[in-house]
Order: sequence, then C-alpha cells, then structure tokens
Amino acid sequence: MQCTVSTNSTPGTFGIMSALITDSVSGLYCSAGDFFVDPWQPVARAVITHAHGDHAHAGSEAYLCAAPCEPLLRRRFPDAAIQPVPFGEGIDLGGVRVSFHPAGHILGSAQVRLERGGEVWVVSGDYKRAPDPTCAPFEAVRCDTFITEATFALPIYTWDPAAGVIGEILEWWRANRAEGRASILFCYALGKAQRILAELRGRTDEGLLRGDAASAGQGRVLLHGAMAGFTDVYRASGVALAPAERVGEHARGRSLAGTLVLAPLSARGTPWLRRFPNPSIAFASGLMRVRGVRRQRAFDRGFVLSDHADWSALLGTIAETGASRVLVTHGWSDALARLLADRGLETGTLRTAFEGELGELAAVDPEGT
Amino acid sequence: MKRFAALYDAIDRTMSTNAKVAALAAYFRDAPPGDAAWATFFLTGRRLKRLIASASLRAWAQEIADIPEWLLGECYAAAGDFAEVVALLIDALPAHAREPDVPLAAWIHDRILPLAATDEAEQRARVTAWWRGLPRNERFLLNKLLTGEFRVGVAQTLVVRALAQAAQAEPTAIAARLMGDWTPTADWFSSLMAQAHTADPSRPYPFFLASPLEDPPETLGDRSEWLVEWKWDGIRAQLVRRAGEVWLWSRGEELITRRFPEIAAAATHVPDGTVLDGEVLAFGGGRPRPFSALQQRIGRQRQLAQIMRAVPVVFMAYDVMERDATDIRTRPLEERRAGLIAIVAHDGVLRVSEEVTAPSWDALSALRDESRARGVEGFMLKRRSSPYGVGRRRGDWWKWKIAPLTVDAVLIYAQPGNGRRASLLTDYTFGVWDGDTLVPVAKAYSGLSNAEIEELDRWIRRHTRERHGPVRAVDPVQVFELGFEAIAPSTRHRSGLAVRFPRMLHWRRDKPASEADTLETLKRMASLNRE
Ligand SMILES: [Zn+2]
Ligand SMILES: [Zn+2]
Repeated sequence: MQCTVSTNSTPGTFGIMSALITDSVSGLYCSAGDFFVDPWQPVARAVITHAHGDHAHAGSEAYLCAAPCEPLLRRRFPDAAIQPVPFGEGIDLGGVRVSFHPAGHILGSAQVRLERGGEVWVVSGDYKRAPDPTCAPFEAVRCDTFITEATFALPIYTWDPAAGVIGEILEWWRANRAEGRASILFCYALGKAQRILAELRGRTDEGLLRGDAASAGQGRVLLHGAMAGFTDVYRASGVALAPAERVGEHARGRSLAGTLVLAPLSARGTPWLRRFPNPSIAFASGLMRVRGVRRQRAFDRGFVLSDHADWSALLGTIAETGASRVLVTHGWSDALARLLADRGLETGTLRTAFEGELGELAAVDPEGT
Repeated sequence: MKRFAALYDAIDRTMSTNAKVAALAAYFRDAPPGDAAWATFFLTGRRLKRLIASASLRAWAQEIADIPEWLLGECYAAAGDFAEVVALLIDALPAHAREPDVPLAAWIHDRILPLAATDEAEQRARVTAWWRGLPRNERFLLNKLLTGEFRVGVAQTLVVRALAQAAQAEPTAIAARLMGDWTPTADWFSSLMAQAHTADPSRPYPFFLASPLEDPPETLGDRSEWLVEWKWDGIRAQLVRRAGEVWLWSRGEELITRRFPEIAAAATHVPDGTVLDGEVLAFGGGRPRPFSALQQRIGRQRQLAQIMRAVPVVFMAYDVMERDATDIRTRPLEERRAGLIAIVAHDGVLRVSEEVTAPSWDALSALRDESRARGVEGFMLKRRSSPYGVGRRRGDWWKWKIAPLTVDAVLIYAQPGNGRRASLLTDYTFGVWDGDTLVPVAKAYSGLSNAEIEELDRWIRRHTRERHGPVRAVDPVQVFELGFEAIAPSTRHRSGLAVRFPRMLHWRRDKPASEADTLETLKRMASLNRE
C-alpha cells in the first residue's frame, strides 16, 4: 500500500488507524503526547532531531533535544526553553515514552523513538552510516514504523570512504598552494565544515596545518565568518578540530595565497570572494557525485562528501529496523517509497518545507547567512 | 586507458584554459604514440561508429544492478547522462579485482572494435566484465567510447595548441595536418610530431575565425583601416584547387564537393595551386536565401539534379590563402584581396563577396539596420593589414552581428509537462516588468538541462504561492535569459506583444528579479525588428 501525504493537506493519519504520529500543517504531530517532531511553525512543545535549519525552527515555547544537540540549538535560539535529554534515556510525555538515539548526521543529531502500548515509531531525522569523528555513530533502533529521510535515495548515490575524499581535498589544496592560489571549499556551515576540520586534524602529519613562520602562513585553514560560531560550539563540546581562524576583516591578496578556506555556498558570487588571489573553487557535497551538476555550476572540483545515508545505507538501515511500515521524507522520497512498496512494505511519503543538502544549490540556501 | 582517463579528469577538473593545454601537451609528449593517436582522434571530435546502443548498456546495467527500469529512469533524471548513470550504478556492486592497465590503443584494437563481430550475448558478457574490472572514471569513458558519445569540454584550437607544444611546432602546421582524412596509428602520430611533411593535395588550411564585436565599432579606430563585407548566412567553406582537382571542405572538416557540383564545375576555371575561403550560399533572384533553403542541399544526395534547380547556390569568396601554389596567409588582407579579385569574377557561381563602402561607422550602423531585410546577419569587419590567422584570435576579424533578440524575464507560472516529463513542472511562463507588476510575455519549454529542470522543479514546489488547477503561481524570484526568433505587436496578448519560438538560454542566478527587463524594452525591440 502506498499513501502520499502532502503538507498542504489537512492533518492526516497516513490512512493508518491509531497512528502514533500524524501529519499536520505544522509538521509531524504526536497527539497522545501532545508534541511535534521538527515542526516548521511555532508550537507549544517541539522535539528536535538536530539543529539544521530545516529541522529546528524558531519560536516554539519549549524544545526537547538530545544532550549534545543543546549547545547548537542554544546558539541558534539563545532565549528558548531547551530541555536536553541524554542519548538512550527515556522520558514520559503524556504516556508516550520518548528517547533520543544517535543518528550520525552532525553533532547532537538524533533519531527520536516513541513508544506507547508496545508500539514503536522512530523518526530518523537526517542520518548517515559512515564514520564521522564529530558525532556519535548511528544506532539502529528496532521499530514498527520508521520515518526515514531519502535525500540521496537513488542507486547512483554510493559514497566512497571519507578518508579517500579528504586525501583528494589535500591533494587539490597542495597543488593550489604550489601555484600560490587560495583553495575555496564551499560546504554546509553546520556539520560539513566541522567534519572536514576534524578529518583534517587527523592528517596533520601531512605537514600542512602548522602555519609556521617557515611556510609564511601557507597551509593555514581559514573560516568564513558564518561558520565560526558553530565551529566554536563544536570545540567547546570537546570535538577535536584542526586549527582554523576566521578570515580577517582586512586580509586580502598575497597574505591569503595558499590558504584553504571553508565557506558557505551563499558566499559565492559575493564581494567577499574577491579578496582571494586567483582562487580555485570547490564544493563538498553528496550532490557532487553527479558530474553534470558540478560542471553546470562551474566548480573547479567537486568532492563527494555527504552527511546523509547513501542508497545502500538507506536500504540496509530500513531492513535493520525491522519496520513493516516506512514513511519517507526529503529528496528522492517518491523513488524510495515506490521501491519499498514494490518489496511489500507499507509506505508513504511526507513533503517537507526545505530539503537539507539538496537545497544547498537552490537559489535560497536555508542555512547560508 | 588509465593515462587517458587521467587526462580526461585533468581537463574536466579545471576551468582554466592554460591548465587544460598543459595537461594535453604533457599527455601528447609522454603517452605511447599509438595511444596519443587515438586520443587525438577523440579529442578532435572524431568518433568510432557506434558499436553498442546506449539502450543495451542501460539494459545490462539495470540487470546487474538489479533495479527496476523506472528507477533507472529516476537516476537518469538526476544525472542527465546514461553513460554516467551506468558507471555510477556499478559502484554499488562488490568490486572485482582490478585488471592491469590496458593501453588506449590496445583497448580500441583488441577489445572495442572486435565487438562488432560478436553477438549480443557475447557483447554483454565482455562489457559487463570490463565494467567490474575498471575504476569508475575508466568505466565512464569506456561507455562513452562504446556508444560513440565521447565529448570533452575542450576546444579544438586548444588541442592543436597542445599538440604544437608537444611537437615544438607551429600550431598552423599541426592544424593543417589535422584537417581532412587520417588514420590514428602510431606511425601517423609520430610523423605528426616529427613534422615529416608529406603534403596531401586536398589538405585545406585551418579556418581563421572572427570574434563577436561587443564594443561600439568606433573603438576599432579609423574606418578606412577596415574592410567591411556583409555577413552571409550559409556554410563556411574552403575551395581547394590543386593537382588538377577540386575539393570543397566545410568548417566541420567535411568534404562536401559532391553536394555542390556546380561549385566544383565552376572551380575548374580557377588556376591550379589556389585555395579560397568563402561561403556556400543559397542564392536566387539576385539575393541570398535563408539558411533553411540551403539545408535542403545538405544531406540529400538523391535527385540532386532536381534539388539543384530548386535551390541554386553560389560560392561567395572572401579570401585567398594560397596562390600559385604558395601559402600567402601572412601577406596583408589588402594584397590577398587584390589577388582574389584577379581570380574570381563579380558574378556567376563563383563570385567575390563585395566590399561594403559606406564611408563612416555611422553610415555603416544605419546600413546594418537593413540586415534582416537583405537576408544577412550583419557585417564582417576585417583589418586591411591582417594576415590570415588560425582559429579565433581576437583583434583583426570581427563579426558585427545584428542584435540577437534576448530578454531577461522572471518565472511567474509553472505547470507539468507532457509525456515523460509529466511528473515534473517543465512548462514555464515568464513575465517582464510593467511598472511594478509582472506581465506574462512568453511560455517556454526548452533550453534547460535535466539537472536544472529537476532543481527548478524542487524550487517551484517549495515556492508555490497559489494553485489554479495544474498551474502554480510561484514567487517571482528566478530570472531567465530568453532568446526568440521574432517579436511583433499583437492584440491577442495581454502584453500587446507576440514572441516567436521563445527558448531559455540561461538561468540568470546572478540577477535579482528587480533587474529583469521591462515591457517598454520589449516594445522597442518589436518596433525595431519588424520584418
Ligand atoms: Zn540535517
Ligand atoms: Zn534535513
């Protein structure tokens, strides 16, 4: 059975009797516990999977999130009422037992598990299965109904191990440095940037990151201002990252030659970019898996590094949960739902207001400021 | 094939022309000559005859990846290229042991060409085994070679430059020898590098190309230094008269002598040892006819006599590169032109492209407005002192074309397309500013890549303001450059204008909607471009 649910419709139950979660105009709603998961409008109580802009929206009266997510959420909503809950610890909301389990997507990202009367639902939020030094690894949670993301749910999306991709980035940077060029690496401001910094830290043996006098500042990693705040939160949370400073207000020209600069895509085409001498421009995203996408945007290089599950990870995870009903959201949700339905699962799709990493290339970048 | 794949990646990964040339030159220097010969063959746009239909590759990949056909279709919608989809799909399968590298020439001779003599089952067995043994980038290239779709984002002139660097020779010498027929063998490539000059009498010269004039003509200086001709809308061609024979070459390096027997016949009166540059033009009643008329003469070989009567052609000569068997390309244009006039008459099938003598830039400007009416595309401006160069070198030859009809318009409505595109919003309506409202002026369906269509579809779904049945009104944010064939006043359209054959040329992500064109601008275009 396949049912399609759209946010334009009135609150629905996916055609499911006694659903623990229903679809509403404000997002996923649990009426038994009277709370929403990742609502896109202000509500009384919001349970948040992670701090990305398409999942955590401002203005709700009370927020509940996994403990390591709290500092990021607090950075985004300084005055909000936020209750952190340690991973794996259950709390009771109106007879529904709610707990957070690592999703492996970014720092503090969680799946939300709901249990009532022996029935278990899991909302995955965004997740990945590849190792990431900045966050706890994904934990498979058994459930009856699994609400999964599908950002890259096509069989062409298969990720190579991150170590190899970081190697390519280092090689690109080294070649640019040899020519006195700056290396501008566009990436998501929250999550991807810090993951790259953490991976780079493990490579200090490459001798690039010292920034000592001998190399006259060559080999420094710099951050666009929009990334500095989140990066500080990661460091304060105890995540080990390679040293990186903000791009100085007045720095330009030769003093920036040879640097590796992480910046959000929204900085492209702005005067900010003009300060770098003859920059080489690259983009780190799962989207770069497709050559045509990279070429259309005229990036010199595309590095395939995603914080979302690839095709086989999605299918593997769905199997691991043992769920008999799978609801799909984000990206290529129609394709994934159709395939699962063909395989005999009960499925449906949910539309979302924004589309995370896929939205990165859209005219409006939900996170770029 | 590793080395060739690495070259492809190097070219593909940089937007810098110099970096591309450097990578090519290094390849030509270092690769075995047999490989370099085949690389030259592919990089200059030549192709193997298609050995395997793209549909077969798709079917095999779908089987071994074990996915349904509709899912393969979704993958194509995301990637826009089946050779790439197939290469990416195989990645998800357990890797086979990597094969030792096989050089490009051996791939072609020992593996790819012999496929033609095998049946489909054998082809499938061989190709899928290659896929499993090759890394992704080589797998992608293999697919491109098998289907005859290999293309690389590098201009032919850059390949010539790189070969010249590798051979430490003049680009003109290389370009001349790349023209016409040759077989990609190790010997051929070695002789290309060694400059062994065994002249082929049919061999044309590389064409010298004009650049579009973007600045006002006044910036070119004194009018008297420039030779001005009409810009003809035909087929650019070279007429080679040597060794008692005639060859007519198109700019695509295609021999077209037999399609235009009247030109070949007329050319027998030209002295031996002559090469002319000019335009094959459909011509009747003393004036040029549109390119669409000429198209009837291309491709059609049967009933030639009949079509020759229906669409007479002329060769409009504008330059001479070889006279008395001597290469005179370095002589100034003025001198070459005097030679041309001595050889070619002012009328007949072979005729001289006349000089336009309007005495000032202003007078030329006024005359240029008659271009559409005269069936020409504007003017060619050539410096009288200029040599006949190679490829597109800015400075001496300019094409001063009549303004193309383009406008920057804002996407205001979208609705689903038909057939295969029915699941996507692909029919767009565009508006321009009339005061502070956007008036619809054009509907367009074509011009975007698949990836752009997908992306725009997602954007539209998130930015729908209102829905009227299948039609969605969207936030007026996205600006597109539209091109069209004609624009005219109309009483049947709300805007008061009708545009003919609009298509999307560019997605202007850099342009805010507020900077899109106004209705006023379009009305001005309509009054200027009345046909
Ligand atoms: Zn996310
Ligand atoms: Zn998301």
